[in-house]
Formats: sequence, C-alpha cells, structure tokens
Amino acid sequence: MKKQLVIIGGGPAGLAAAVAAYDAGVRDMVVIEREEKAGGILKQCIHNGFGLTRFKESMTGPEYAQRFLDEVNARGIEIMTNTFVTGLGTDKKVTCMNESGVFTLEAGAVILAMGCRERSKGALNIAGTRPAGLFSAGTAQKYVNIYGYLPGKRVVILGSGDIGLIMARRMTLEGAKVECVCEIMEHSSGLRRNIAQCLDDFCIPLYLEHTIVEIKGKERVESVVIAQVDKEKQPIPGTEREIPCDTVLFSVGLIPENELTKETGLALDPHTKGCFVDENRETDVSGIFACGNVLHVHDLVDFVSEEAEVAGRAAAEYLINGDSEHVYIPTVAGENVGYVLPQRAGKGKDIKLYFRVRSAFRNAVIRVEAGEMVKTYKRIAVAPGEMENITIKAADFADAQSIRVSVTREA
Amino acid sequence: MKRNFVCIECPRGCELTAETTQNGVNVTGNFCPRGERYTEAEMTCPRRIVTSTVRLTDGRMLSVKTDGEVKKEDIFVVMQKIKKLHPTPPVCIGNILEEHISENINLIATGNA
Ligand code: SF4
Repeated sequence: MKKQLVIIGGGPAGLAAAVAAYDAGVRDMVVIEREEKAGGILKQCIHNGFGLTRFKESMTGPEYAQRFLDEVNARGIEIMTNTFVTGLGTDKKVTCMNESGVFTLEAGAVILAMGCRERSKGALNIAGTRPAGLFSAGTAQKYVNIYGYLPGKRVVILGSGDIGLIMARRMTLEGAKVECVCEIMEHSSGLRRNIAQCLDDFCIPLYLEHTIVEIKGKERVESVVIAQVDKEKQPIPGTEREIPCDTVLFSVGLIPENELTKETGLALDPHTKGCFVDENRETDVSGIFACGNVLHVHDLVDFVSEEAEVAGRAAAEYLINGDSEHVYIPTVAGENVGYVLPQRAGKGKDIKLYFRVRSAFRNAVIRVEAGEMVKTYKRIAVAPGEMENITIKAADFADAQSIRVSVTREA
Repeated sequence: MKRNFVCIECPRGCELTAETTQNGVNVTGNFCPRGERYTEAEMTCPRRIVTSTVRLTDGRMLSVKTDGEVKKEDIFVVMQKIKKLHPTPPVCIGNILEEHISENINLIATGNA
C-alpha cells in the first residue's frame, strides 16, 4: 500500500507533526501508534504544568494530548492504533504488524516520532538480591495513574529525574511514605520547580552525591543501604545507612527509542542518542525526518510540539516540492555544552539552536560564534536539566564554516 | 529576615529571595512579576493545584484536577475526598465531578471517558 506520509508514533510529537503536515497540504497520511490510544506518555502524566510556553496556561498531560488529538480528529487524519512498526528501510518502506497481520506501507516521506524510554542501568550495578518492589519511575507512574494500583507503601527513589520527582509527590498523595531521593550527581537532573513542589512541599529529603549500594530482601524489598559518593562516584566507606522500605523507584534518565532507526542503518549522535538532523529535522536519508524525544530528550512537551511542527511542515514541503538543495555547516558544542541540535545548519535561513549545558551554575554567558560573528547572551542560571535555545539570523552565519555554542561563567 | 523560594509558576524555576524590611517585602531573583505574586502567596498562604485520579464505575481510571489552587494544608483533605469519588462514564474534559471540594474550588475531569 502506498502512503504519502507515514508518522511512526502517536505521542505529542507524532500528533503535532501530523497536524502541521496536514495544514501544509498533505492529505494522504497515517499515524502508526502501538498502544490502544494515541497520546503517548502524556496519558499517564496527570500532573499540571504542561503547555505554559505554548498555550500560556497550565494543563495536565491528558489535557495537552487531547488538544492535539482534537486537532488531528478535526482534520480526519487516520491513526492506526495497536500497530507496531517492525521495520523501516532507507527506501521508506515501513513494515507494520497488527491484528490483521503484517503489511508494508510504501511511504513518500516518514517522520520518526517514537519518543523515548527509561534508562534501566541504575538497577544493574547494585549489590544484593533482586526481590519484588523494584520499578522504573515511569512504570510506577503507569501502575498508579492508568491502572490505579499503588506499587508500594514505603519508597526510596534512586535518581532525581523529573519522573522520579513527580512520582515522589504522586505516591505521597496516594498515601505512601517516600523516605528519600538519592542523586549520585552533585545536582539534580530534574527541573528546580519539581524539586520545590514535589519534594520540598512534602518534606522529602533529596540526598545529592548519594547512591544505593545494596538492596536487601528475599521475596520483597525490605531495605536499601545508601551511601555518599566521592568525586569518582565511588561510595565512601563509613557513610552507609540502611533505610527500611518495600519499594525502590529508578529515575536515572531517558534515552531516545531508536531500535528501529538503528536497524534502518541511520547513524546516531553519541551525545543525543538520536539521529543527526538539519534545521528541518531531516535525517541523513532524505525524506526521513525525526522529532521529539526520539531525536533528543526534551524537558518540556511544548518544545516537542514546536519541533514536531518543524518536521511536519518540512515533510510536506519535501512531498509537495521535492528535495531542495542545501549548503550545510556543522553546529559545534563548545565549552560546557553537551550537544547542539540540529547538528547541521542549512545556510540561507534563520536557525534556532537548542542545546544543553554540561553542569549547572549561576551567572552564565552563552557565546555563539560563527565565522566573524560573535554574540553573547546572559542567563541568571543554567542547568543540564533545562534545555536552552538561541535563534541566529541567516545573515549572521552566511560566510561561516561552523556555528559554535559555548557557555561560560560571567567574569 | 531573608527567605528563599523557587518559583513554580513556570519551567524557568527562578530562585527568589524575599527580604522583609520595615517597608515591606522585597523580592529579588524573579524574571517576571509572577514571581513576586508567588512569593507573597508562599509567605502568607501557599496554595497548589491538586491533580490525581478517580476510579470510574466501569473500573477504569480517570485523571482529575482542582480547577483552582487549594490551600497547601488542605491537600490531603482534598485527596481523601477524591478517593471516595467514582463517577459514571461518559465524562468529558472539564466536567465538574465534585463541587466545592475545597472552599469554592471544584474537582474537574482532565480526560474523556
Ligand atoms: S518568576 Fe516568572 S519567569 Fe521566574 S519562574 Fe516565576 S513565573 Fe517563571
């Protein structure tokens, strides 16, 4: 079967991309969703704080998702649910599987919008048994919010990612006692506001530079041993402390879901763990685009929607007017910058650069260099958990060989 | 006297300092005026939106929120009331599930079921 546009994933990225592509003129398209309902991870993110940037109001995850679902439905865009994509070729053939069997869609363009999954490595290097009661924070979130079961009564959380922080509050509200959150780094990877409203509001301690060194218990978790770590992240002998609990949640970060992409043969950026893209979010294969958390993990869904719209419009442009000629220059992550996205910038158009700093500090200066042009921007504070963005005018990098972003402390 | 707050009104999460002087409270560190209002509320009567879920009569879960900020000290009282609710579908986003769950604040659905 032929389809002009196939969008893989019906979460916030896929839905926003679909609407943008439709509004730019594409009609023959389908969104492939593996779950029973579209909406992605937002379905279980029942807390508020979404949409502040985009809609200037504080919405819950399900409300934010529904806004986009309503837009998709109003346009009559097809969403194929309960359907898995099992293969994607560089020829843009998409192999799918659902109740009715295995079938192939021959796409004119493809948008990757598979989102991300939780890192699981936190569970691996800890001594002790593997009793029941160990959950990733996202799994626990699904149990509580979708199925309505509380996975435990006395909880220790390892890792201070946003989902872990949100679950600390959620489980407290549902009657569990959250003993503490342990973060191995010297700063939290979660948003400051989540530390304030999810931990501080409920007097839940956050132990920075601490980790779990042992999990005890036979059938079920009975306690964990936590310890302070040194600069090399090694537990400091003598700092161990045993905390009784029946549940451990792991919130040690998210990683783009690119198993499919790897099999396609697309190269992945070791820093973002997503594809290399240009300002249109087009990958190394023309006609295949990527957006949202499959490209790089975002902290705000508002930016996912924005990025997906860029990809959706670009896919429409590609389908309607064909591939356009580009002259690219690379973007470079300089001092104290983890990555810059997109990894290459097409000349002749303004470019919005998204980037993450490596460490948190106050009074930061962002420096963007492109050939002769040097621009600086001040920030009161920067943190790895908070993605920054800067827009550079086309004229400012017209003659440059690269665009370099670095972040330093104000002198 | 100085007190520190993290503003939770937007993702920027400004770190605010409130200094009480004879002339009132002086707030610094806020990027926008909402930070000042937030600090004032935190110092007098902190309030929060409560989000949770209720079990519908058909067994599924439905996400809910208060349509205004409830007093921080009333959060668990509101949670107790939420736990007792079992609405019958169909329910649409924005439907009131419990009027005046706290003061004049209602509990509303944030999902369709
Ligand atoms: S002061 Fe303004 S910008 Fe800063 S966190 Fe509060 S609402 Fe956001």
